[in-house]
Amino acid sequence: MSVHEQFAENLALYALNALEGDDRAVLEKHLATCSECRLELEQLRGDGALLALSTVGPKPPARARQKLLDAVAKEAAESPTLRQAQGRLSRSQNAREMGHPSVAPRRSWWGALGWAATVAVIVFAASLWKENTALKQSLASASAQAVQSTRELDNLRRIAAPIIAPEAQHFTLVTVKTPPQPQGKAFYLRKRSSLVFVANNMPSLPPHKAYELWLIPAQGVPVAAGVFKPDAHGSATVVNPPLPAGIEAKGFAITVEDEAGVEHSTQPVMMIGTGE
Amino acid sequence: MRSGDQSALAELYDRYSSVVYAVALRVLGDTGAAEDVLQEVFLQLWRNPGAFDSARGSLGAWLAVITRNRAIDALRRRKPETDIEDVIVSVAPDLASNADRSRAAEKVRGVLGTMPAPQRSALEMAYFEGMSHSEIASKTGEPLGTIKTRIRSGLIALRKAFQT
Repeated sequence: MSVHEQFAENLALYALNALEGDDRAVLEKHLATCSECRLELEQLRGDGALLALSTVGPKPPARARQKLLDAVAKEAAESPTLRQAQGRLSRSQNAREMGHPSVAPRRSWWGALGWAATVAVIVFAASLWKENTALKQSLASASAQAVQSTRELDNLRRIAAPIIAPEAQHFTLVTVKTPPQPQGKAFYLRKRSSLVFVANNMPSLPPHKAYELWLIPAQGVPVAAGVFKPDAHGSATVVNPPLPAGIEAKGFAITVEDEAGVEHSTQPVMMIGTGE
Repeated sequence: MRSGDQSALAELYDRYSSVVYAVALRVLGDTGAAEDVLQEVFLQLWRNPGAFDSARGSLGAWLAVITRNRAIDALRRRKPETDIEDVIVSVAPDLASNADRSRAAEKVRGVLGTMPAPQRSALEMAYFEGMSHSEIASKTGEPLGTIKTRIRSGLIALRKAFQT
């Protein structure tokens, strides 16, 4: 154990959120500058995770899945453009409410300047009216888009119901006496460089070896997209590995590499899939 | 995953919801409250999938820790103490399948079974009841230093069991 001994016990408590008071403040200050103790903290959280992971209990009720998917669908249906347009409109109205009275014309010795100010206010108000009209049009268009998106989403949900409904039965048909085949599914969102990969029935690996996932771009060489080892049942998950921004994916592939992973593979491709 | 693929979230839910729910139920002891935490944890994953760093550990372990923390917050009726992005969990097995978890649970029970009862109790009070070391000390009448030592050595014992 190479962690600073004076912090060792408090680190364990901190990993469980069970440290409080001055001890917590002192430790947080130390953690800000000590990578060794930060690593030990991650490890201690992992030790605690074993306690959590080993908790066995009933499965969640089926309605919980649908409730989550409904909530997610609702969020996805909310159009960001609508919110943006509403925000801009509201800002514009605020600006008008705050700006207009402060420059309202008054009779004074500075009569000529007063008229000039009046003209300026009229011009300003006219430009605000114009902007407001444009924003209202933009809002109306965004609202129409939102309605359209909701309609499309409802349609998609009807189509997807047999796949995602909790009561749906799933069947995989294979040739008789065929053992379960390795299978991987990659969900990739280019504009966010976001990737979720789920694998099943992966063969076990020799010691010190791991599977490496590769993003095959439309142009250029494959990009490393995460290293993983399957569990005892051949299942594995890779979520959001570090990826360069905005790469267009032609497909994904898997090779077997040393467990640390490599930047460029020379190994044969074990599995490959192109976009659907 | 954020704006695109709800089916990716559904896949992850199918794989990890039983872990998340079991942890929340163990802490809260109430199915309705556990369901709320289950919903919250997966919605957070949906809204902010980048919070999990796959280079540092398994998703199953990360979700288990996030769930435990949220459930403890709910139990103690306090606002979330840690941001999910700040929680990094290192080197714990994924345990996605029920069979793996059953085996791991057996192993953890084995380690807990060899611990002296006061140590096991301190570890469980801290982990599943969210009690601070001073609360545990006051409840058990043991010195603070003893409680600290018990919790740390308990965690290290679990680590060693999974290293062999």
